[in-house]
Amino acid sequence: MRPMSKIVQAMACLLYPSIIVFGAYLIVHGHLTPGGGFQGGAVAASAIALMIVAYGSKKYNKTRLSALESTGLVMFISLGLLGLGVAFFHNFLANTGGIFGELVEYGTNLGNLNTAGTIPLMNIAVGLEVVGALGLMMVILAKGPEKGGRV
Amino acid sequence: MIGDIIHIMVLAGIVISALMVIWQKELISAAVALGACSLLLSLEFFILGAPDVAIAEAGVGAALTTAIYIMAIKETINKGGDRE
Repeated sequence: MRPMSKIVQAMACLLYPSIIVFGAYLIVHGHLTPGGGFQGGAVAASAIALMIVAYGSKKYNKTRLSALESTGLVMFISLGLLGLGVAFFHNFLANTGGIFGELVEYGTNLGNLNTAGTIPLMNIAVGLEVVGALGLMMVILAKGPEKGGRV
Repeated sequence: MIGDIIHIMVLAGIVISALMVIWQKELISAAVALGACSLLLSLEFFILGAPDVAIAEAGVGAALTTAIYIMAIKETINKGGDRE
């Protein structure tokens, strides 16, 4: 599609970083606050949609977004397979003291980000997958069919 | 009391913006009104105590759907009127 006016482009440039950061916040804090992989990914994909509406779709290529989506899917299924010593999707990182492995405090607290084992990693994988898939949908819709009718 | 008033105002806003979608003559205005309807619906979800659904509705319904509609409308031409 054609690019829009200068006013839309300037406002899109102002809003783009804050939308991306808010989407990343929703993804990373998915196990503590409302939100998670799908919601954060949808918010971050709306930033891609904003840039496509403002600047046109020529600057985005489909290969990178497709690679992002494949990375998310491979990361999710390999996290499931890594716990296969006990069970499929076993939480092998929880309460071990390593990455995302601290013990959860007893009682009411503000919430520790460094807990919950593989669940934040799965949120990040789902977030990458949703950003890639929804962004790819946007780019393909905006570019339209190529020569010969193939998408 | 004040919560009930806010609740009724949000519900009335949803109905008004849904009627605006039908009554608008220009397609871009109708798409923006649909986005406003979706945003008020996400506020209603938040008031009813479902912040997860509210974030998903605001991300998908208000942002992505409006962007898809605007992309589709920009590709069309208006044969009836004089404006683009």
